[in-house]
Amino acid sequence: MPAEPVTPDALPLPDVQVSAAREARGRRLPYFSLGIVTLFVLVAILAPLLSPADPADQSLRNRFKPPVWMEGGTAKHLLGTDRLGRDMLSRIIWGSRVSLAAGVITVLIATAFGAAMGLVAGYYGGRVDVVLMRVTDATMSFPVILLALILAVTVGPSFTNVVVAIAVILWARFARVIRGQVLTLMGLDFIAQARIAGAGAWRIITRHLFPNTLNTLVVLLTLQIGYVIIVEASLSFLGAGIPPPTPAWGSMIAEGREFVTSAWWVSGLPGLAILLVVLAFNLLGDWLRDTLDPKLRQL
Amino acid sequence: MAVPVIDVQDLRTYLVTRWGTVKAVDGVSFSVAEGETLGLVGESGSGKSMTCLSLIRLTPRPASRIVSGRIRLDGDELTSKSEAEMQKIRGRKIAMILQDPMSSLNPVYSVGMQVREPVSLYHGLRGKSLTARAAALLAAVRIPAPETRLRAFPFQMSGGMRQRVVGAMAIAAPPRLLIADEPTTSLDLTIQAQYLGLLEELQHQHRLAMIFITHNLGIVSKICDRVAVMYAGRIVEMGPVRQIFKTPAHPYTRALLDSIPRLGARRERLTAIDGQPPDLARLPGGCAFAPRCPKVMDRCRVEAPPAFPVAPGQTSACWLDAPA
Repeated sequence: MPAEPVTPDALPLPDVQVSAAREARGRRLPYFSLGIVTLFVLVAILAPLLSPADPADQSLRNRFKPPVWMEGGTAKHLLGTDRLGRDMLSRIIWGSRVSLAAGVITVLIATAFGAAMGLVAGYYGGRVDVVLMRVTDATMSFPVILLALILAVTVGPSFTNVVVAIAVILWARFARVIRGQVLTLMGLDFIAQARIAGAGAWRIITRHLFPNTLNTLVVLLTLQIGYVIIVEASLSFLGAGIPPPTPAWGSMIAEGREFVTSAWWVSGLPGLAILLVVLAFNLLGDWLRDTLDPKLRQL
Repeated sequence: MAVPVIDVQDLRTYLVTRWGTVKAVDGVSFSVAEGETLGLVGESGSGKSMTCLSLIRLTPRPASRIVSGRIRLDGDELTSKSEAEMQKIRGRKIAMILQDPMSSLNPVYSVGMQVREPVSLYHGLRGKSLTARAAALLAAVRIPAPETRLRAFPFQMSGGMRQRVVGAMAIAAPPRLLIADEPTTSLDLTIQAQYLGLLEELQHQHRLAMIFITHNLGIVSKICDRVAVMYAGRIVEMGPVRQIFKTPAHPYTRALLDSIPRLGARRERLTAIDGQPPDLARLPGGCAFAPRCPKVMDRCRVEAPPAFPVAPGQTSACWLDAPA
């Protein structure tokens, strides 16, 4: 039997396999976490415009008003009032500023310092690496809360002290991860090739190593913001954080803890705010990691 | 003969490890003239790469140390130069192409940015003239549509293409000496041949002195003028390629040549070299090849042989070749 010539039309179309890279790019954006994070940032920036009342305005007659959907709630205080009759919604809105500022500033300081240390340790190796990594280990073994308490007791609680206390310890995490990445990069030929081309230490670190760690840094940064927000809230809860009357979510939880059974919203709502924001940052970080840097599973 | 581009005398580079001092390069001397290609062959760990890295002082730190020796580039002594001075020599005077094209370009920059970097560094060019020069370099390594390719990223290119880009960066200066460290090992055979042709062309164009590190004797016979055979950190035999392929003097060279499969040769089995390369941290006294040498003599185990001339331009470090 003579073979039929196969026309292109007769050939079945192969199943088009979408490559892994394309799939990752086309993946659904994490709407939930992006939404919460955007909302959080906007609220913090626009706090003076958004808050219905002055967060410090007291009204002892209106103490412990429940949120509007509960019996006895009023539209004047959508999320109720606290022990001193202050508007909860306004306090939560203003409190987001503290959390955002603490999270971002602390993480940026820690990133800058930690990445620099990691790059130097990984690039120079040898004794420099050993010394820096021992310093990192020592730093990581020191509890953040304890350091912040010491600072609060000796120089008094303040926003600056919270940022300093967390950043002074947090940088070590960045240093560790970045150093590990630099070690891998150092084994690659393009670093050797740059040296052969006459590049010095500064040029190799800034132009070749640093840009290759950016993906990791962005992932780590996002994940750590959530962590810092929690630590800041814990410190404020303990009274070692942002001092009153500035509304901070942690201190709001602390103020309401005696009344949890009768007025749960005083502690519960700021707690919910922390939960949502931290969850959103963590989910966003996870998504970034899976998208940018799938090899970074251990973070 | 005129002053050679690179002249190395009695170079010794030692590695200090926890297992002891490894004599990675142990008294190596050679020179390469303008437009000449010296092949450096030997097994893995025989000191080929360490020799070349020593020339630009980029041996692994802090474990390694250049213990002694003289390295002259166009008559200029390199061993006494400071690190800052060496940085000016790297890339500008001595360039090197490494083995793995897949990792020898920075993945986060476009090809254009990477080719422009050395050009701006060496020639101080900026703006349009810089881009034009970069495109000209890509054209020189036979990359089609260089202007478009400048915008490509390394992951969009094949291994052969990337290795060409590395070549383009290496000749940016252009250098006086080009060291090619097994640049074709990970390329397809057809691409290998193309790339070798390209290297030869670049060499002729710029009158480069070239050191070609390889363990592929076929490549040596194709593009090298002279060849140095290394074993355990020493050059055991050196001379013009044809002469060495035809009349190898050192037993190690002979064994190497015998272990190449030949088309049409009526041979049942390939001859292999018995035994293992020596542990460089525990070298036997005397000739390092003695334990594997079929013609070993008592003297070999006691005293290391110096290089004896065996023919015009050919030397062999073997007691068999000692003048009677």
